[in-house]
Amino acid sequence: MLPRFWRKIKYRYDLVGSYCENCQSFFYPPRNLCPHCRRRSKIKEVPFNGKGKVLSYTVVHDAPEEYKDEKPYVIALIELENGVKVLSQLVCDPKEVEIGMEVKKAFRKYGEDGASGIIYYGTKFVPASHF
Amino acid sequence: MHKVAIIGVGCSKFGEMWDSGFRDIVISAGVEALEDAGLEGKEIEAMFVGNMSGGRYLAQEHIAALIADYAGLAEFNIPSTRVEAADASGGLALRQAYMAVASGVHDIVIAAGAEKVTDVGNPMDIMISSIDKEWEGFVGATLPALYAIIAKLHMEKYGTKEEDLALVSVKNHKNGALNPKAQFRKEITIETALNSTYVAEPLKLFDCAPISDGAAVVVLASEEVARKYTDTPVYIEACSQASDYLAIQNRKDILTMNSVVVAAKQAYKQAKIETKDIDVAEVHDSFTIAEILAYEDLGFVKKGEGAKLIREGVTELHGDLPVNTSGGLKACGHAIGATGVRQAVEIVLQLRGDAGKRQVNAEKGLALNIGGTGATAIVTIFSR
Ligand SMILES: [Zn+2]
Repeated sequence: MLPRFWRKIKYRYDLVGSYCENCQSFFYPPRNLCPHCRRRSKIKEVPFNGKGKVLSYTVVHDAPEEYKDEKPYVIALIELENGVKVLSQLVCDPKEVEIGMEVKKAFRKYGEDGASGIIYYGTKFVPASHF
Repeated sequence: MHKVAIIGVGCSKFGEMWDSGFRDIVISAGVEALEDAGLEGKEIEAMFVGNMSGGRYLAQEHIAALIADYAGLAEFNIPSTRVEAADASGGLALRQAYMAVASGVHDIVIAAGAEKVTDVGNPMDIMISSIDKEWEGFVGATLPALYAIIAKLHMEKYGTKEEDLALVSVKNHKNGALNPKAQFRKEITIETALNSTYVAEPLKLFDCAPISDGAAVVVLASEEVARKYTDTPVYIEACSQASDYLAIQNRKDILTMNSVVVAAKQAYKQAKIETKDIDVAEVHDSFTIAEILAYEDLGFVKKGEGAKLIREGVTELHGDLPVNTSGGLKACGHAIGATGVRQAVEIVLQLRGDAGKRQVNAEKGLALNIGGTGATAIVTIFSR
C-alpha cells in the first residue's frame, strides 16, 4: 500500500486530474493515455476546482478492516462542474446526504496503517452548505 | 470453426465446506463430470481453470497444474492453464476451452472453475481486489458499496424499490431450495429479506450473495467427437467476452454495463437468435440489483424496466423466462472462480432435462458471468 499511495499523493491531496488537449476531455483519476485519442493523446495535469453534486451514494455499514472504526460512512459518486465523476467519502451525517446535493472538496484524513502508524490523507467532499 | 458441444458436467456442493480442502472440492466436481461424459481420463487433451485468488485464499499459486495432477492426469502431461478475471474467471475458462475446440486445436477439453475461501479470515477483503484498489478501495468503497451506488441511482431514476430487490432474493432462494448442490436450501419471505441488516444502503444482507467454496467442471468436445460419447449433447452456439472501465467513476452511465451489452450483442449475432428465443438464463446476481441490470443489459426489457420482470413473475421458475433456476449466486452460492462454470452446468442440466424438481421447458439457454462491477462480462448461449 505505501509506495502505491505516495506515488499518487499529488492527485489525492489536491484533486489533480488529467486533461487531453487533443480532444478537450478531463479525467479523474489521472491517466497517461486518453481513451478517446490513445496515440494522439496530449495529456497535461490540471487541478480541478472541486465543486460538484452528488450523482448517487451509499452508506457503508459493513466496512473493510481499515475502515471499521469509521462506519457508518458515506461514499458518493460526485459529478464535478467539468463533468468528471469522482468517487469519494462524503463528510456528513448519513441522514443528510441526498442525490443532487452540492458538495465541495476538502483535505481530510483517510485512516491509518495500524502497523506503521502512518496516517493517510486525501480529498474528501463536504456538503457545500457546511462551508 | 468447429461446432462445440458439452458432453459432461459436474459440480461440487457449494457452501462453507470446512471439512473439505481445495483438492477435494475440485475432484468431486471433476469425477462427476467425467462419469457424466463417460470418459476414462486419457481422452482429455487440455484443461482451463478459472480461479480468482488461490494465492490469497490458499497461499497457493500454480493452481492449474495442481488440479490436473489431483484429477489423476499428471502422467498424461496435458497443458493446463489458469485464467483470472475476478468472479468472471469461470466464464473465462469456459470461453478458453470453447475456443480451443472451436479452432480445431483440441477435440476434448475441460473447463473447470474452483475457489476455496473459508480457509482465510475475511473473504470480503479479498473480493475488494476485484474493484479498483487505488481509487475505489482507497476511499473505503467495497464491492457491495459500488453496487449500492448503482442501486440507489436506479431507484431514483427508474422507481425501482427495495421490495423489488428483495423479490429477486426471494425468487432465487425459492429455486435454491430445489437444488441439492445449493448453499441455501430454504425459502425466505420478503419480510426476512427486507428486515435484514444494511450492508451498504440500500443493499441488505439478503441482497448480497455469499462468498462460498465450490467447484464446477464441464467437458467440451467437437461435434463429431461428441457423438461418440453422448446422445444428448448441448451445443455452445456462442461465447462472447467483453471488458469495460475498471472503476465505475469512468463509465458514462453507471446504470448500464457496457461489457454485458456488447458481449450479449455479439453472442446473439453469432448464435443467430434474438433475445426472445432464450428460454432459460443464469445471470450473475452477486447482488440483487445486478440481476435487475442483467435483465436490461441482456435486452430482456428496456433500460429502466428491469423491476417489472420480477414484479410480474416473468423470471420465476414457471414464468415465461425463468432466471437463475439453480438459485443463482444468492442461494446456490458464489464460489467466485467456479461460478461461471457452475452456471453452464445448470443450463446444460436444464436443456438435457436433467434438472430434477427445478426442471423447466427449454431449448435455448443463456449464461451471464460478470467480474467485479462489470469490467468483464461473458455471455454464453447454449442449445440442445
Ligand atoms: Zn483525447
